[in-house]
Amino acid sequence: MSIDTLARVAQNQRSVDARPLMTARDVHVWYGPKHALKGVSLDITRENVTAFIGPSGCGKSTFLRCFNRMNDTVAGARVEGRIELDGQDIHAPEMDVVQLRARVGMVFQKPNPFPKSIYENVAYGPRIHGLAASQGELDHIVEHSLQRAGLWDEVKDRLQDSGTALSGGQQQRLCIARAIAVDPEVVLMDEPCSALDPIATAKVEELIEELRGRYAIVIVTHNMQQAARVSQKTAFFHLGEMVEYGDTSQIFTNPREARTRDYITGRYG
Amino acid sequence: MTAVAAASRQPTDWGHPRLAQRLRRRHRSERLFRAIGLSALVVAVGFLALLLGTMLKDGVSGFVQTQARIDTTLDPATLELSADRSPEALASANYLAVYLRDVRESLGQDGVRIASINGWTELRRRVLEDPGLVGQRLTLWVPVRSEVDQYAKGRIDVGADPTLAPIRPEQVRAYARLEAEGRIRKAFNRTFLSAADSTSPESAGIRGAFVGSLLTILVTLALAFPVGVLAAIYLEEFAPKNRWTDLIEVSINNLAAVPSIIFGLLGLAVFLNTMGLPRSAPLVGGMTLALMTLPVIVIAARAAIKAVPPSIREAALGIGASRLQTVFQHVAPLALPGILTGTIIGVARALGETAPLLMVGMRAFIVDAPRGFTDPATVLPVQIFLWSDDVNRGFVEKTSAAILVLLAFLLAINAVAVYLRNRYERKW
Ligand SMILES: Nc1ncnc2c1ncn2[C@@H]1O[C@H](COP(=O)(O)OP(=O)(O)OP(=O)(O)O)[C@@H](O)[C@H]1O
Ligand SMILES: [Mg+2]
Repeated sequence: MSIDTLARVAQNQRSVDARPLMTARDVHVWYGPKHALKGVSLDITRENVTAFIGPSGCGKSTFLRCFNRMNDTVAGARVEGRIELDGQDIHAPEMDVVQLRARVGMVFQKPNPFPKSIYENVAYGPRIHGLAASQGELDHIVEHSLQRAGLWDEVKDRLQDSGTALSGGQQQRLCIARAIAVDPEVVLMDEPCSALDPIATAKVEELIEELRGRYAIVIVTHNMQQAARVSQKTAFFHLGEMVEYGDTSQIFTNPREARTRDYITGRYG
Repeated sequence: MTAVAAASRQPTDWGHPRLAQRLRRRHRSERLFRAIGLSALVVAVGFLALLLGTMLKDGVSGFVQTQARIDTTLDPATLELSADRSPEALASANYLAVYLRDVRESLGQDGVRIASINGWTELRRRVLEDPGLVGQRLTLWVPVRSEVDQYAKGRIDVGADPTLAPIRPEQVRAYARLEAEGRIRKAFNRTFLSAADSTSPESAGIRGAFVGSLLTILVTLALAFPVGVLAAIYLEEFAPKNRWTDLIEVSINNLAAVPSIIFGLLGLAVFLNTMGLPRSAPLVGGMTLALMTLPVIVIAARAAIKAVPPSIREAALGIGASRLQTVFQHVAPLALPGILTGTIIGVARALGETAPLLMVGMRAFIVDAPRGFTDPATVLPVQIFLWSDDVNRGFVEKTSAAILVLLAFLLAINAVAVYLRNRYERKW
């Protein structure tokens, strides 16, 4: 770990604990017979960006998808445990999953723009939820969201082009714009920068910093530097378990578990 | 461990004869496959060309009609017309009397052996179009009798023993005389496209069958498309995956393989006998064919829906679209080209179907084109079947000509399918 990164970690220590926006208690996930997530508990707050790190296949995406109940759509998947949003059980029958997913937005691991125009991609969410009173307002939301995702300058002259005609990295930023256009309370980002160049990555990280405090943000990343740069809390997963959770500075400088240390220093994984 | 393995491995000698031979063998099998593929294509295209060639050879003359010119005077007395010139009165006038008189006058006493006995309908058609013609003189071309037509087209060989030929020696002589007088011509056969079935080949047309086919297919489409697509969407996107849905899937696949005549029997038992719907009607025919087409559409639509990448559903659900919005705003539009292709295949098959329609009485001899869904009607393939069965040789070319029309109809439908597919095809 470079000195530079360590300095950033120290800087990010200003995290203040507040009432969690989302809480997960003893969450288990099975895919058919496979026990993919084994009893994980975690709090997510608006003030802190939470990073999920861990080797491939350890259950980071699985856990992330529990927060907006995307695992409901996977045939054979079973989720157990209690997850609350603002004190409300998201598995309760009175919880409307459509509204839950509007409040808890997600950027998927693989870019998945709709095969519609760039404009339509971003405008779709606000439109179905009735967030814009007029066409002008919708235009504004689209522009603002694309700007925040760092894509506006590249696409402002071709908003009617198909979203699928963009490059992989542009598509991922389009998906970010699409997610924040709905103005969710929580944004779940599954490796949002894995296909991005350093400049676009920096833009997304800026966005995360800007959104912090307003939205609760969870980011899955394989880039340790990125985790250190953008997050205040880090959870390390291994084989479906959450091995260690704590302040990012503590995880990166002084992990309690040997497995965490090995992973962070690249000796393992 | 991998480092050790790599070090212990000999560097690959890409020029080694064994590797070169292997490469040659791979190229050879590729060339072989291309040759086989090409010959398969040639065989398929060859059969198509053979079919089209035969039909064109026999059928094109069905679009040509030999006609004789007569001069006629539409005098009200012979027409038995009073002062009343209402359409009803004009329609029921005695055109036959005028026609027979003027045929004899124009073509000679043996003229009735040449001109078709049904030629008087041409008089009626003209008068109904323009009532002012009553009392006028007029020259018109009327179809000749079928055997004369066949003789004129060189399809009858009078041969050694003229008494055995379907055409009488007097007719041959009269024809030769009229031809020399310039009273014979070959023209486009409007009757074939504008008339319905008839016992005499020169008056028979396919309009009745064509309209019947159109109405039947409309009923089929209107029933099978929405039901099939909705069933497929429900099964794919909403139904729980359990033993019941498996059972339904197996049943639907089986249904698609059931011989069509069984659907005909089902239609007969349910629509005619139980529900008491009219026999021979496009409504019943269309319902019967819809039963047959439904499983094809369900299977095609399910495959098309399945082919939509799950990431699109996740994207829509992930920003809070409801299941219904996800399906109808994202999945269905992407599946549409596949659904349409499957539908068109099903409908094209239904259009060419004969057996089930025979069971619901659509083989009746009907001389008028149907005007509605409950009028008695027949359809193109049944018409082809009926004509091909007819002893009158004038129907041979009609059969082939009708097949050409059916092929053109199918071609048009497939062209629409290709157009729609290209129009809605989207990449993801
Ligand atoms: N739809 C599924 N069906 C069956 N098993 C699944 C499914 N999705 C994930 N799994 C399994 O669950 C485990 C956790 O997967 P998950 O996608 O959460 O890993 P991850 O930590 O996100 O990995 P990566 O960093 O590679 O994205 C893996 O072993 C995987 O094989
Ligand atoms: Mg993942």
